[in-house]
Amino acid sequence: MSSQRFSFQKLRKIGKLSENKKCHQKIWPDGGLKMSEPAVKPGEREQAEEKERLEFVGKSLTRREGVPKVKGEAEYVDDIQPEDCLYGRTIRSPEPRGKIKNIEFKDGIPWDEFVIAYPQDIPGENICAMIKNEIPFLAEDEVKYPGEPIALIAHKDERLVDKAIEHVEVEIEIDGYPAFFTIDEAREADFSQYGEDNVLCAYDITDGDVDAGFAEADLIVENTYRTQAQEHLYIEPNGVIATYDESGKITIKGSLQCPYYVHGAMVHMFDVDEDSVRVIQTTTGGAFGGKEDYPSLLAGHAALLSMKAGGRTVKMVYNREEDLLATTKRHPSLTTAKAGFTEEGELVALDVDFALNGGAYPTLTSTVLSRGILHSFGPYRCPNADLRAKAYMTNSTPFAAFRGFGAPQSIFAIELLMNEAAHELGLDPAELRRRNFLQKGDSMPTGQVIKEDIDLEALMDRALEKIDYEAKKKEFSRFNRENEYRKKGISLATFFHGSGFTGKGEEELASRAAVRITEENPLEILVANVEYGQGIHTGFTQIASETCKLPPHCVEVLEQDTDKVPDSGPTVASRSTMIVGRLVQDACQAIVEELQEKAGLSENFDADDFQEAADRYLENYGELRKEVQHEDPPDARWDEETYTGSAYSGYAWSCDVAEVEVDLVDYRTRITNFVSTVEAGRLINPEMAEAQIEGGVVQAIGFSLYENVIMEEGVMKNNQYADYIIPTAADVPEVDVEFLQFPYDNYGPYFAKGIGELPFDGPAPAIAGAVADALDGLFVTKVPLLPETLLDALEARDEAKL
Amino acid sequence: MKPYLEDYAVINPDSEREVAEILADDPEVIPLAGGTDLFVSLKNGVLPPSAFLNMKSCPDFEKEPELTDSELILEPLTTISDVRYDEDANRFRLLYEACKNLSVISIQNLATWAGNVANASPCANGAAALMAYDATLELAGVEGTREVKLTQFYRGYKELKMEKEEYIRRIKVPRPEPGWKEYYRDVGPREYQAISKTLLAGRIQLGRGEEVNDVRLVAGSVYPHTLKLRQTEDYLRGRELTEETIDAACEKLQEEIQPVDDVRSNRQYRRRVTENMLREFLQESRPL
Amino acid sequence: MKEPVKEQTVELTVNGDNYEINVHPLKRLLDVLREDLKLTGTKEGCGEGECGACTIHFDGEPALACMIPVCQADGAEITTIEGLSSDGRLSLVQEAFHQEGGTQCGICTPGMIMSATYYIDNPDSAENMREALAGNQCRCTGYKRIFDSVEEAFKNK
Repeated sequence: MSSQRFSFQKLRKIGKLSENKKCHQKIWPDGGLKMSEPAVKPGEREQAEEKERLEFVGKSLTRREGVPKVKGEAEYVDDIQPEDCLYGRTIRSPEPRGKIKNIEFKDGIPWDEFVIAYPQDIPGENICAMIKNEIPFLAEDEVKYPGEPIALIAHKDERLVDKAIEHVEVEIEIDGYPAFFTIDEAREADFSQYGEDNVLCAYDITDGDVDAGFAEADLIVENTYRTQAQEHLYIEPNGVIATYDESGKITIKGSLQCPYYVHGAMVHMFDVDEDSVRVIQTTTGGAFGGKEDYPSLLAGHAALLSMKAGGRTVKMVYNREEDLLATTKRHPSLTTAKAGFTEEGELVALDVDFALNGGAYPTLTSTVLSRGILHSFGPYRCPNADLRAKAYMTNSTPFAAFRGFGAPQSIFAIELLMNEAAHELGLDPAELRRRNFLQKGDSMPTGQVIKEDIDLEALMDRALEKIDYEAKKKEFSRFNRENEYRKKGISLATFFHGSGFTGKGEEELASRAAVRITEENPLEILVANVEYGQGIHTGFTQIASETCKLPPHCVEVLEQDTDKVPDSGPTVASRSTMIVGRLVQDACQAIVEELQEKAGLSENFDADDFQEAADRYLENYGELRKEVQHEDPPDARWDEETYTGSAYSGYAWSCDVAEVEVDLVDYRTRITNFVSTVEAGRLINPEMAEAQIEGGVVQAIGFSLYENVIMEEGVMKNNQYADYIIPTAADVPEVDVEFLQFPYDNYGPYFAKGIGELPFDGPAPAIAGAVADALDGLFVTKVPLLPETLLDALEARDEAKL
Repeated sequence: MKPYLEDYAVINPDSEREVAEILADDPEVIPLAGGTDLFVSLKNGVLPPSAFLNMKSCPDFEKEPELTDSELILEPLTTISDVRYDEDANRFRLLYEACKNLSVISIQNLATWAGNVANASPCANGAAALMAYDATLELAGVEGTREVKLTQFYRGYKELKMEKEEYIRRIKVPRPEPGWKEYYRDVGPREYQAISKTLLAGRIQLGRGEEVNDVRLVAGSVYPHTLKLRQTEDYLRGRELTEETIDAACEKLQEEIQPVDDVRSNRQYRRRVTENMLREFLQESRPL
Repeated sequence: MKEPVKEQTVELTVNGDNYEINVHPLKRLLDVLREDLKLTGTKEGCGEGECGACTIHFDGEPALACMIPVCQADGAEITTIEGLSSDGRLSLVQEAFHQEGGTQCGICTPGMIMSATYYIDNPDSAENMREALAGNQCRCTGYKRIFDSVEEAFKNK
């Protein structure tokens, strides 16, 4: 065993780009970061002292995979051009519901050259394994939504395949198969397509006595809130490359978030053992939940074609129109929320009826519903609550994961309700919140006790201070009096987001991460969580560096290849940093302890000590690998029946303040300023954390004002990129983000909490509140708040006045 | 999707004369200038197997606009950017505004004025501005050239007063006289890169007595083609811009336009916003 | 009189290298770059000229490769993202994007960098930086760090 693979001298030269290592880092001095002073709380000194001791965590390292990306060298799935591969396309149902009668392959195409795959070709079960195993890869007898896959074709000429798909006619018998598409329709239907009443699942949370609460209330505010579907619009569409080779090995490469979800789905579909399937993530150009479970379906399609083609590789990369039409979107929601307040503004009762449209098949809907209801009550003390949630099955393209995962929908309702209540009570919306914020020791309606020493008032006050709230309110009042066609307004939202899977979900996932010392690399991190721009690979690197005292360029993060890395769970649910980062930390700690025990590593060591010990270990024992499995913290109790207990192991907190200008010539709302204060524990990489907030807020601005999925008869009618409007560089404010720290008390690595989805929850109600502020209390309870929607609301108000 | 190329062909003409001959020989051949709508149309399947005439390969066709004493001349290959960055051409303020509102810079570098006019989208920015300036089209074919006023060029949705054997050889924009106020507003869902929901291009000249001496009003996206608002113009001529006149002009406007519901917007919004824009223009044009 | 053709010999200069290819005249320049020349840095996000991921420099100006049929690129000089770091070092703009966090998932990055590169050399070509970049959509960053990157590059010019 040679110890010449790297010399100790190189390690001392931090900052030098090593040829063999892929990462290029620059360590920023602490002073250049945007970490704000923590709120004045006990433990501040301890926090500051600890910060002094950290060398890598808490610094803003540049992205480890950044150089290939800026050079255009990062390899996305469509960049892979396999020799002699076939291109696949999907034959889809033209009808929302019915019985498949016939598939006609019309003249004008050399069909004998094509590979065609049918559901009957599936060796295992024709079910795409997900939470509820109910989604078929290909519809066999009946279709339940427009665009549902029925069969597959493939040919080596990519352009011929696209032409051929236009020459297929599917005949569906629709008589006797009535369809419905919305929550309202599902509720009103006199027949059921799922269970007894079209309900997939339901949750109920009760706390206290809601009737008594309302009886005591001086003011009751109630409204109905609707949010539409939202499309992820990752700039890289869904795509996979599959090979089912002669030896029976199935290899999938693709743009995806969860290699092991795909792995499991293939094992099930082809009825093979786990070693026969290998899934590799390619550089992924945006995901946001749209590549969480969908790739399993797409991989199944491509792999089935490959099997049918005798082992030839099949590439299926959706064009934009197909991706918009066929892939999953955010669940549309319909919420009725009612809140009772004393005249001083104390919240005494809350009743929420939260409904989601799940589409035709259960995807992750039950978990979305769960997260939705668990975020439906806001960061407020509320002694009496009755919260009910239901997900309906309809004949719509199925809805599934999208950043926020039910919380943006339910938080829109509670936060806008708070703004409305403030208006009715004659209180400033910040003041109303101030009188109701949760504190340490309070409990949520689920019974979860706040054990963190949170200070939501400080979080909110800092945001108000940054945007100069009081002065702006006065200025806007005057501005609105003086301007007929332009109106300005300002409002806010306060909210939280739980990290990780709900309840016992993480324990059930039993994620495993590993860390390894090898001949090739000083340290390797083995996880299944993928990097798609959120920065977790850089974050894991920093955690490993900190624990092992190694500079980041000595840490390798292995490719997400199921042949090489253990199942550390999906890259979703704001869990990667908190849950998996902790596993990485623990695994690194286990390595350190092993080296201390067996290779003479001392108690206090530095990088050189670690390397020497590692070399000794390698010489004497060979490779060192430590794998750690997730275990819930001891106080995490959750009752699935009553929906009580610790819903999430950590919460991040935030306050968003939005400033808008409404133009009354074209009814467009422009966001002139936006501030977000966030508490997310320790930030492993402050700049990347800030970037997550900036990006999430802008996506949520799209959700609030621009993005309109026009669902007609169950399918996206405007499935052209030009007709789905997201904000461009010219449309968004520069989001001003500041982080505060409450005293650390959470389970995450170095006390870090999840952050990826949090920013999505606040903008919609803050913006709607600001528009209401600009327009004398015109609360439009719909998302998106399109100019057309605003015009409708203004005209309705004008008519009501007459 | 990637179009099946074997269904299509291209002709690369060597001369202006050849262009005319090819079009005379096969009127179904489609002239291709900037090409920014080509692949969209191919993707949508609206084009049957066709041959395209690559106007960019013709050496006789120029690109640079030319300003004479009387007019601005746009050539067959003059792009949106060619006008935007040309100090003579961009003095035509409405043309400049149309440039900036047309998609984004990387499209403006490719798209041509001739293409914008001939493609005849009801939402066209270029055509609206040109129409407000009373632009004239020079059409060419084997028979020779003839002139058509742009205000008379559109008959219906994508129905042009031009034979298939003809093509737009030049666009001539008369130099406006001094003393006109101008207005251009394109309402879309976002600042740039958006197909217009409604658009108004206007020019107005007031006389000594503050009455409207002359006016041009052109609306986009609210009719099957770019629309000269003749009735509204006729109504305004000779009248003072009082509140009553402006209200009445708006009524005329509502009678003339025919907005529709589609994936981008609805007719109620288009009606209201077009009217708001007309009001804004006329109110701004009132003498102080 | 010329006949319609389905194959054409096209000469292009891409990143300083001369190419002569026989292709269908209507093959998109984007596909020629990615498939024939194996330059996969230029990306396809929409295929309809809306997202900007395929932005290149065409005769020195930003243009969308998915909109250009190759018959109209005959004799053109084209620069793609690969051409910016052809001497092995990152260009000013590339380095700025890397240091300032202007890239996250990276799919919009090549097109964004092409537009930004043109803009800092031609600041009068657009009303402001926002307009210059309005044709390049990003779903990850919220654009703020892209602005920071462009400003940093401009400062270091």
